[in-house]
Amino acid sequence: MDIELLTNILYATIRTGTPLILVALGEMVCEKSGVLNLGQEGMMLMGAVVGFMAAITTGNLYVAVLVSIFAGMFMASLFGFLSISLVSNQVATGLALTIFGGGLSAFLGASYVGVGIDGIQPLNIPLLSDIPVIGKILFQQDPLVYLSFALFALVYWVFKSTRLGLNIRAVGENPEAANATGINVHGIRYLCVIFGGAMAGLAGGYLSLAYTPLWSEGMTAGKGWIALSLVVFASWKAERIMLGAYLFGAASIMHLILQGTRFEVAPNLLAMLPYVATIFVLVLLSSNHAKTKLNTPMSLGVPYRPQL
Amino acid sequence: MHSSLNAILETLFPFKIEKRPSDSKLMSYLSPLIAISLTLISGWLLFIALGVDPFTALYTFFILPISDFYGWTELGIKVAPLLLCAMGLSLCFKAKIWNIGAEGQFIMGALGGGAMALAFLESESSWVLVPILMAGILSGLAWSAIAALLKTHFKANEILTTIMLNYIALNALLYCVHGPLKDPEGFNFPQSALFGDASLLPLLHDDYRLNISLLFGLLALTAIWTLMSRSWIGYQINVLGEDAAAAKYAGFKEKTLSWFALLTCGALAGLAGVSEATGPVGQLVPQISPGYGYAAIIVVFLGRMHPVGILLASMLLGLTYMGGEMVQMEMTLPKSLTGLFQGMLLFFLLASDLLISYRIIRIKKTAMPSDPTHAVSQG
Amino acid sequence: MNVPSGEIHALLGENGAGKSTLMKIIYGVVKPDQGDFYWEGQPIKVSGPSHARDLGIGMVFQHFSLFETLTVAENISLSLPKEMSSDKAAFNQRIRDVSHHYGMELDPERYVHSLSVGEQQRIEIVRCLLQDIKLLILDEPTSVLTPQEVKSLFKTLKQLSTEGCSILFISHKLDEVTEICHAATILRNGQVTGTCDPQLVSSADIARMMVGKDTPLTENYEKSEGTHTVLNIQNLNFLSDDPFACSIKGLNLKAKSSEIIGIAGVAGNGQDELMRLLSGEATSDQTTLTLLDTDISKMNPSQRRKLGFAFVPEERLGRGAVPDMPLSDNALLTASHKDLISNGWINKNKVTEFANNIIQKYKVKCSGLDAQAKSLSGGNLQKFILGREIEQKPNLLVCSHPTWGVDIGAAILIRHELIKLRDQGAAIIVVSEDIDELYQISDRICAICQGELSPIKDTQDVSIETLGQWMAGKFTATQSDTLGADYA
Repeated sequence: MDIELLTNILYATIRTGTPLILVALGEMVCEKSGVLNLGQEGMMLMGAVVGFMAAITTGNLYVAVLVSIFAGMFMASLFGFLSISLVSNQVATGLALTIFGGGLSAFLGASYVGVGIDGIQPLNIPLLSDIPVIGKILFQQDPLVYLSFALFALVYWVFKSTRLGLNIRAVGENPEAANATGINVHGIRYLCVIFGGAMAGLAGGYLSLAYTPLWSEGMTAGKGWIALSLVVFASWKAERIMLGAYLFGAASIMHLILQGTRFEVAPNLLAMLPYVATIFVLVLLSSNHAKTKLNTPMSLGVPYRPQL
Repeated sequence: MHSSLNAILETLFPFKIEKRPSDSKLMSYLSPLIAISLTLISGWLLFIALGVDPFTALYTFFILPISDFYGWTELGIKVAPLLLCAMGLSLCFKAKIWNIGAEGQFIMGALGGGAMALAFLESESSWVLVPILMAGILSGLAWSAIAALLKTHFKANEILTTIMLNYIALNALLYCVHGPLKDPEGFNFPQSALFGDASLLPLLHDDYRLNISLLFGLLALTAIWTLMSRSWIGYQINVLGEDAAAAKYAGFKEKTLSWFALLTCGALAGLAGVSEATGPVGQLVPQISPGYGYAAIIVVFLGRMHPVGILLASMLLGLTYMGGEMVQMEMTLPKSLTGLFQGMLLFFLLASDLLISYRIIRIKKTAMPSDPTHAVSQG
Repeated sequence: MNVPSGEIHALLGENGAGKSTLMKIIYGVVKPDQGDFYWEGQPIKVSGPSHARDLGIGMVFQHFSLFETLTVAENISLSLPKEMSSDKAAFNQRIRDVSHHYGMELDPERYVHSLSVGEQQRIEIVRCLLQDIKLLILDEPTSVLTPQEVKSLFKTLKQLSTEGCSILFISHKLDEVTEICHAATILRNGQVTGTCDPQLVSSADIARMMVGKDTPLTENYEKSEGTHTVLNIQNLNFLSDDPFACSIKGLNLKAKSSEIIGIAGVAGNGQDELMRLLSGEATSDQTTLTLLDTDISKMNPSQRRKLGFAFVPEERLGRGAVPDMPLSDNALLTASHKDLISNGWINKNKVTEFANNIIQKYKVKCSGLDAQAKSLSGGNLQKFILGREIEQKPNLLVCSHPTWGVDIGAAILIRHELIKLRDQGAAIIVVSEDIDELYQISDRICAICQGELSPIKDTQDVSIETLGQWMAGKFTATQSDTLGADYA
């Protein structure tokens, strides 16, 4: 394998890992507050389609990214209203969000299938991008990739050293106790769910505006679900989400990697890889059951209703 | 500041949500009807927004497809797979095993049965259906066995594993129709050869496309109904789902029950898949399932996990498929309205379900400071 | 009700009398329907816990409001204004200082789940003390403590009171109230039935105000001597893979027919694990469990039941009974081997008969066989579960916290039934935090601490001090040296 191919592979790994990072970070924050939102796929799809429509209507890609984020937030507020205010079952509501998002996005995007746009272009960072190999991998990416680095840093910092992070963990740990110490449990949960929605919407926008600048029905292809597994795999730690996302990114671009070798495998079989890898990871986790349990937010998936 | 905000909220919305002492049976039956009404109202508004006459559109979507007997038989074709998948899923959901994998099990059933049908392409004997259906059932069963093994042996979350298995199954189907099972004379289209006549499911009547798969569905309904209401294993599944700690305390074997529920579901979804392939479709195509496995999830929730409810709900969901096709043909609206209506149904249902355990009551006006009854108590 | 500054005021009442609700109203967790609350002479509406804290009210809940996977310091900082914990080192030092000052040593960097229940309670108290506190509310603070820990808690409370802090002390234990309180308010069924000075009024009179006229105050049961061995636990060891669970170490126990063995202990010292190992919900490779000469170590719960094992778990709803299922279905839960199933099908008639029998015989108040288990009161549900287990005519009944949170009438019926079962020849093991109850009904008594079992002795030979030592893990303590021991 020559150095140029390796560079290309790592460059593509970062790109494919980016949507996973965004969704998984959002879902991690959400789960830290005790809410399990299985609707990532639906929120991503909505972000992707609405962002794409905005790009065509306004012609401005950055407006489109913002619209994607808002679409995700809108979907997340629907989920939040049902699962937080109306104390519905989080698993069922998450599934509903995925099914609803899938249906609504297909409906909205029906007339946009096959339309092409010029996607968000890479932005070379002066000086840094000139470093051999690393420059290409890390500093010749598009702005949303840089944004994903920044968002990782933000989430990491919030949980590492802010009161907000502590409050979120407290709510996810024991909502009754959090309420008794005067934390607004529903407020925190709404905040986290909507943040998760913004991240999923952004990830969807990344797919339809930067990664493959077009819209097709169900284009997320399970990335939302993979991100959900990633959160468990990462034991709710932001730095491990980064690592995991890039590993999965690498698994999704096997065809690139195989270019350097003589194997020829049918593309549909290669496409199974990230899903097989996800199952493999879930199995690996079982060997460390005790540790997973210690890291899981204790009230995850349990609705909370304050006494009135 | 908090209290003033609350005060404003209370004047604007003078109701509060209060837990009922006991779940309301009535509401659990009314809630699906409320959800359907809300879906129709939203549909009405949606069509207005789209600039079409809402009455015509809703009529075309929900009534026109079943306005004649032929329409009802066509509905039967959609009901059969939904019913089979939903009955299997209801068993899993009763046990709180969140098997989302009916879609993958359906696809594998179609693929396994389809491969068998292609092997018997030349056969004239009607017995050939037996190995074909068996292959379909066993493929679905095997696919769910993977999920069962991952759940009981590796404690992997079944939601995530079954979803992944769905994507893998879809890619396996795509691989087969692009490769080994592709019709050699099919102009390179990604689809298999048409199955032989002997490999197709018998029709219930020659004038209609409806075949015996509907009977499979009704049979599954009766069998699982009896199992869940009368048998010891059904009781154990109910307890496991309602209260896993109680099941453990009583000594029920969680692993055995999980295997039972998942394998039954896999077998039924596999049967649904092979029936679809050897029924209305008649060959293997990439989009063999229009999302029946996912729609069946909605069917189970909407049908209150009760067999009769599931039958009615599968008819409604079957209708959304026909409605989508109908508005596309008649009014050139996108077919994807199907998915939108399905999603809205489930969403509204989950919201209305609040009324089962909670009731909304008017907040009594808080006593005025001058109110004499007020100063008595703990002053 | 009035609480002057520096007073330790008791709020007395049986379970369900409304004590906790009243406290939650004062602390702003629950909103009152009507009524006034005066604070330092001003009428005031407490809008929430943070408002209460701003006023100088602190509360220690019966079920701690702690976050197990956070550290002590993080837990404390959560309920304080942000600025106080901005400098971590200084904040930790303050925690150490305050806890030392009141004799409640705490290490701010430890994780809560690694602490004992007594230590967890200290966090709650220190958390209140770090603020400018004028009123400290303690909800049943002693129920989770050993008698020795209670002593040291009382010392702290007295110190606080002399420093001018008022204390509201919620309890249903009279002796504690007479020991430290200056005044008492008694509640029954949500109404004040009297106020008094506990130093002046006799315990019997206060008890009368608590329980009402027609309930007997004391019960006396004959002690019984066991005959042949029913259950034999030899060298039970269990290492849990659950990070929040307690391991069991080298536990030996013989339960004989016609006797009740009481196991005292502070929650979280392995009781739950021991119960699971006995019931078969968990199994351990390193033990021999014998039930009437049969080795049951490897058996699952239903196999053990067939041999005459019965179990009333601590959690009534969500283990002992399925909350959303009707009573008829709940009757079948553990009784399937009693001829209610034939060839895999449920015999509905027999199940109905069985359930009806329980409801009548054990006076279970319910709307009928179709009533959901969750619609029953704690006492009635407990009677139902106990009835279901006793009606299987067990050789061995294991009972966890039999009367916890149950009204007095039901508690008396439950104890009567236990004694009756014992007199019919069954062996009974009762685990409880209620020491008075254990003394009342047990024939032999012991304590569990950190997964180890104390010696087992006849109840009348074990003083409450010895039992306290045992609960704290000092198993070598004997009668003579506890007498002179210093608890501090």
